[in-house]
Amino acid sequence: MATVVEVRGLVNRFGQQTVHQNLDMSVEEGEVFGIVGGSGSGKSVLLRTILGLQAPLAGTVMLGGRDITGMGAAELRSIKAGYGVTFQHGALFSSLTVLQNVQLPMIEHLKLPSRTRDELAHLKLRLVGLGGDAAAKYPAQLSGGMIKRAALARALALDPRLLFLDEPTSGLDPIGAQAFDELVIYLQRELQLTVVMITHDLDTLFEACSRVGVLVDGHMISDTLAGIVHNPQPWIHAYFQGARAQRRGVPHGA
Amino acid sequence: MYCVAQRRDARVELSLRGEWRAVALGDIQAELAAVLLDGVRQVQIRASDARFDLSGAWLLHDYLATIAAAGASSLFAGPAPPGLALIERTLSDERSAVDLHAMAQTAWLDPAAAVEGLGRRAVRSWRLLETLLEFLGRVGVAFGRASLRLKYWRPTSIARHVYDTGITAIPVVALIAFLIAVILAYMGAQQLRKFGADIFVVDLVTVGMLRELGVLLTAIIVAGRSGSAFAAEIGAMQLNEEVDALRAIGVNPVEVLVLPRVIGLVIALPLLTVIADAIGLVGGGLLCHILLGMPVAQFLNRANEAIAATTFWVGLIKAPVFAILISLAGTWCGLRVRGSSRELGRLTTLAVVQAIFFVILADALFAVLFMEIDI
Repeated sequence: MATVVEVRGLVNRFGQQTVHQNLDMSVEEGEVFGIVGGSGSGKSVLLRTILGLQAPLAGTVMLGGRDITGMGAAELRSIKAGYGVTFQHGALFSSLTVLQNVQLPMIEHLKLPSRTRDELAHLKLRLVGLGGDAAAKYPAQLSGGMIKRAALARALALDPRLLFLDEPTSGLDPIGAQAFDELVIYLQRELQLTVVMITHDLDTLFEACSRVGVLVDGHMISDTLAGIVHNPQPWIHAYFQGARAQRRGVPHGA
Repeated sequence: MYCVAQRRDARVELSLRGEWRAVALGDIQAELAAVLLDGVRQVQIRASDARFDLSGAWLLHDYLATIAAAGASSLFAGPAPPGLALIERTLSDERSAVDLHAMAQTAWLDPAAAVEGLGRRAVRSWRLLETLLEFLGRVGVAFGRASLRLKYWRPTSIARHVYDTGITAIPVVALIAFLIAVILAYMGAQQLRKFGADIFVVDLVTVGMLRELGVLLTAIIVAGRSGSAFAAEIGAMQLNEEVDALRAIGVNPVEVLVLPRVIGLVIALPLLTVIADAIGLVGGGLLCHILLGMPVAQFLNRANEAIAATTFWVGLIKAPVFAILISLAGTWCGLRVRGSSRELGRLTTLAVVQAIFFVILADALFAVLFMEIDI
């Protein structure tokens, strides 16, 4: 098993506020890795750093064995063709139809005849359960769940091996959230994806994730799901042993 | 090389190799197209040496259809790529079925569609007119309410808009007024000199700037700066559901978003016009002094004779009217933004274009009016 994402000694600071202090994280191939943390603990900043959207103050970020910090724009472009991302609110391009949204990465990175592109984009849309007339719609005409699915289809446009999901089930009703979890698990298994997701949804965490990393005080504590629920760290304890978690039947810790 | 074909009579053995990935799709497609299928009855595919991602598997799936269409059968020697089953399953799901063919066919020259389009446009234009009237009515009501109670004036908001649209516009308005006055005086001097009527340059500059150019230029600059800002600001709020949030809280968006902007601009634009007028006169005087060697005292003297008591006011009185037109165009366009960022861009552009158009139209009407009442 190869390490797909490896972060070493990451430091991020905004003004006086330190977000990450010597953060280490690694994700193995084929894993579904969940990132958890309180509001403002730097989950999104971490994701943006890994994606190469933001340069860290110090530390290295290795994607597929290559350090992306300090990489030139052209090199970074090829790295970016190798992963898919969905953003928290979908971030679909509002002036393009769903189909065009899915095709955009293909147009940008692949040379394909338009018929092939159409069919591939439809395949991706049907893969995430968006069929029929949804393809011709604009993002403003879609429901929250459909936006998340369309965003996932766009993330899968280039058949990446690595998928980043930022709060994939936030804003969905429990049924929609569960369906989306099942979709992610299904695709992860079928396409042998490595998935890194930020989530607050305990259900998602328990359904989908094989390992969990918790952001506390600028560090990351990562463990298997079975291990992390017994971690004595106060925030983690509160998170996994709190009332909401109990209702889900998380085993009592230590 | 992504595939090697070996032909044996009516049979083709196709062995696939390499990385069948999305990035190479175009090349693979070209190679597959080069494999001749004429008279072939069977294609045997060995896929175990190649590695597939979903796009690659789809391409193979597509090629299997091509083989079938050529009247041949296909079979796999060894295992089929795993993605193929997933694609079969996905595409056979009737619930998400979509007719690609029907989607691609859009009627180009269908007379019925043309008539329908015309009808839709007409109805849409009529609706737009209705919403405009509704908007103007709402602004009128909000203004009526505000004029009864001081509480509704929202002085902080008005002050902000006076600052944004007025104070920060002073440098650009002053610079342009100065330059235009200089150009006007220069052009005038060149022509009038031929008749030895140099002195009338003063008339040209003072009357021209005060009556027309000062206020018109200021209005056009402000339409470009603030009309677009109004539309973009309110439009972004609309996209962000902030306008809906205001409504839900029970606040009238017209009252808090439109009225302060209109009132702010009604205050700011006349003040800017005064500045433009003053700077314009300075520019004209300066040019007369430098180019024509006219003493400042003589310029002032002549200017005094050239302008009537009403000249300045005739220009200034237009400013509040222009301000109302610009701010209403901007805010109305902003409130109409729905759904997408493209709509925001379109309506911001429209706000500026309409503002400038209505300013010039109003200026023409003023010219006719002033001519009729002999000012």
